[in-house]
Amino acid sequence: MIVLAVDVEKKLGAFKLAVRFEATGGATALFGPSGSGKTSVVSMIAGLLTPDRGFIALNGTTLFDAAKGINVPPHRRHIGYVFQEGRLFPHLSVRQNVDYGRRMSGQPRDAEDFARIVKLLDIGPLLDRRPRLLSGGERQRVAIGRALLMRPRLLLLDEPLASLDSGHKHEILPYLVRLRDEGMVPMVYVSHTASEVRRIATYVVRIEAGHVTAAGGLELLREADAHRPD
Amino acid sequence: MLNLTPDEWTAIELSLRISIVATAFALPFGIALGWLLARKDFWGKTLLDGILYLPLVLPPVVTGYLLLISFGRRGPIGAFLDEHFGIVFSFRWTGAALACGVMGFPLMVRPIRQALEAIDRRLEDAAATLGADRFWVFVTITLPLALPGIIAGAVMCFARALGEFGATITFVSNIPGETQTISAAIYTLLQVPGGEVLAGRLVLVAIVLALAALILSEWFARRAGMRFQGE
Repeated sequence: MIVLAVDVEKKLGAFKLAVRFEATGGATALFGPSGSGKTSVVSMIAGLLTPDRGFIALNGTTLFDAAKGINVPPHRRHIGYVFQEGRLFPHLSVRQNVDYGRRMSGQPRDAEDFARIVKLLDIGPLLDRRPRLLSGGERQRVAIGRALLMRPRLLLLDEPLASLDSGHKHEILPYLVRLRDEGMVPMVYVSHTASEVRRIATYVVRIEAGHVTAAGGLELLREADAHRPD
Repeated sequence: MLNLTPDEWTAIELSLRISIVATAFALPFGIALGWLLARKDFWGKTLLDGILYLPLVLPPVVTGYLLLISFGRRGPIGAFLDEHFGIVFSFRWTGAALACGVMGFPLMVRPIRQALEAIDRRLEDAAATLGADRFWVFVTITLPLALPGIIAGAVMCFARALGEFGATITFVSNIPGETQTISAAIYTLLQVPGGEVLAGRLVLVAIVLALAALILSEWFARRAGMRFQGE
């Protein structure tokens, strides 16, 4: 079943983006070199960037349709977004950060769900700290927890490991694999690193210079590996 | 301690009341205008920016006079407010608060605007993806992050209001018990031969109040800033 359908065009200065792909459940990787437009694509899915043309649909619901003038604002899309730099709120504790999405989307407090996500990401000991005092890896785990606790219909992960050194990358990857295997939420994972994509993705969409150049299973990565040994 | 006379206490109480009311009423406008200037581009923005700072560069007497002809009983705005809402500014302490608010306003808007400009807008985007609409983003993210600037702006306005003299005396005169603030009381005492000794006590009070306001604001700002550093 198709979970996410994207067909968008956007002019960003001299750069022309025209991306079309469909994703089923599991973890879809948007894979390609830096500057190929991957982040712009997820921003459009989240509603933070408006395409010039095209449509975006999630679980059969239209989020954006230029022709019909539909553009659901980001706060009503229920799409979790884990940013490259975490973007935790510095004035709130980790607990308040994690709980923010649930509060803002008006969902009742669910202690069980909270405990499950805290355990899944091992962020229990961090809950009463301030984001400023967390390591990069801890910050990203909290950011993932924050996005999950709002019970998103889709989870966008935009290079969540890019700001971490290699040691901390390995600290996060198992959590993402666990998340995928629990099948709680379909994921779109943006990365330019083949090794990461190989561990997490179930489906790969290769994006180069603003266009989809290939889409398919993990076998797509072999060819890319030859060029990108990491 | 200083054995202040009832008249002196009245002047102190009036000064504080006028400054607090002026700051409290100016604050929502200050935040709104600071936000407008920090976030929006519109026709006439430069002009608005210029007008905002007028009270800072105009002689206070001119500001007071302009208030008198617009907010006085016969002024267009003053007459309207009197007729429809029964609000009178001329020769009342409320008029002094208006004059102080106007004089303090530019000093209030500047730090608020700077604080809003310094906020990482990407945090607001993150809040939006978490389900917060524009109102809640503003209340839960923008305002708290701008809080140190808002406190600084409020204190600047309060301090300016406490020291205001020229615009106030021009607009609402110098009436003991109604519009005679500490500054006006000191001025009055200095007009009388031998009044320096009496004025000295109020001068001391003015210094103590100003210091207290500064220390208090420093404490608030540090507390607000600390929340971002951790602990």
